Amino acid sequence: MASIDDSGGGGGHKKGPGVKKAKKLSTAVDMTPMVDLGFLLITFFIFTTTMSSPTTMQLFMPKDTKDEDLNKAKESGALTIMLGKNNVVYVYRGQLLPDASNFHTTTFKGIRDTIIQMKKDVINAHVHDAGCTKIQEEAKLGNPNVKPPILPDPNWEKACLDKDLVIVIKPDEDATYKNTIDILDEMAISAIKRYAMVDLFPAEKELIKKTEGGN
Amino acid sequence: MPSVKIPKKSTFVDMTPFVDVAFLILTFFIMATKFKPEEVVEIKTPNSVSTRELPESDAIQVTFDSTGRVFFGVLSQKDSEKYDVIKHINETRSLNLTEAEMRNFVRTPSIGVPFSGLKQLLAVPQEDQKNFKQPGIPLDTLGGELLYWIRDAVGTFTGKKLQYLIKGDNNAKYPAFKQVLIAFKKNEIFKFQMITMLEDAPAGSELGILRNREKAASQ
Repeated sequence: MASIDDSGGGGGHKKGPGVKKAKKLSTAVDMTPMVDLGFLLITFFIFTTTMSSPTTMQLFMPKDTKDEDLNKAKESGALTIMLGKNNVVYVYRGQLLPDASNFHTTTFKGIRDTIIQMKKDVINAHVHDAGCTKIQEEAKLGNPNVKPPILPDPNWEKACLDKDLVIVIKPDEDATYKNTIDILDEMAISAIKRYAMVDLFPAEKELIKKTEGGN
Repeated sequence: MPSVKIPKKSTFVDMTPFVDVAFLILTFFIMATKFKPEEVVEIKTPNSVSTRELPESDAIQVTFDSTGRVFFGVLSQKDSEKYDVIKHINETRSLNLTEAEMRNFVRTPSIGVPFSGLKQLLAVPQEDQKNFKQPGIPLDTLGGELLYWIRDAVGTFTGKKLQYLIKGDNNAKYPAFKQVLIAFKKNEIFKFQMITMLEDAPAGSELGILRNREKAASQ
């Protein structure tokens, strides 16, 4: 694709008959291969670049204390989420009834609605007490000293309405790591302040086995 | 009718601006690319809405893959710190590592062998370690050998704020994760950071609303 230099021949001074006409060479360089190479490299770098950098998710685990009363939750505000095989989620509210009538099977898509509904119900059943005033104060002021800073909450009056809500996460042996992270993520998404990750009870284990076998 | 003379135009297109743009983009990608350090195992981490940045140094990283193999690594900017870690482990576990083997540990990103196989692994140059079959650090419900790795690494970093990173594969089973947590817990460590890939908070959720508020406040 080199250019045809047609400007050099015609013009110019007339030289003597014996003088050879020096051919004027064009200074234009064919850029096409260079462009080819450039885009080849661009393609390579686009493919190798990982644009999204990894982030980290924090997890606090409690000490294994025997003092069970310390972590006693109000039954009305407790929601137990169990993670089973093949991304199936089992859930019940409060205590597991002997006939397991409050034991439900759902998915990771459905669990968010369950959590939101539970939160609504807890908020509706909320009774104001002394501890609540303190939580409200904290939410009103925020905390600029921690990283990332907590902004003052414009809805600070509602800050302690969900204080009785506790979600208990119980991953089964067949649950994957992704399931565990996903459910912890749901806690962040629905702004659940109190949640814990513990082991399954034998009764729950059996119930899950039975449900899995039935399907 | 007199014929209009159409001047013959050259088909030549000036490529120079094109080249300029191409190389500008190229420069950008070269600058933005950060090559991943080579890993012994490929881990596909789950996504989360968390936005905390990953620390690059002063951290202990425990990795577990989909088959439950566990790897241990120390992230540090200073080679001397990593050297101190292996020296400490060499003494406490009486492994009889040579000086060269301990130097090799400094360049090794992660270890996935029992203590009994550590000498053999470190005898292999770092570049060839990916061909070395690593069975993973033995773990059990009491913490296994990972317990000692963590304890000795924490002991070496005294006075520094260490971060504890856990990197797991999507398809790893929960018990593997639990055993890693146990090994940490036995060392009185209760605060972890799990490595994930960022995803957006779902619109309309409480977190999504909060994030929007934070964005508005920062502008």
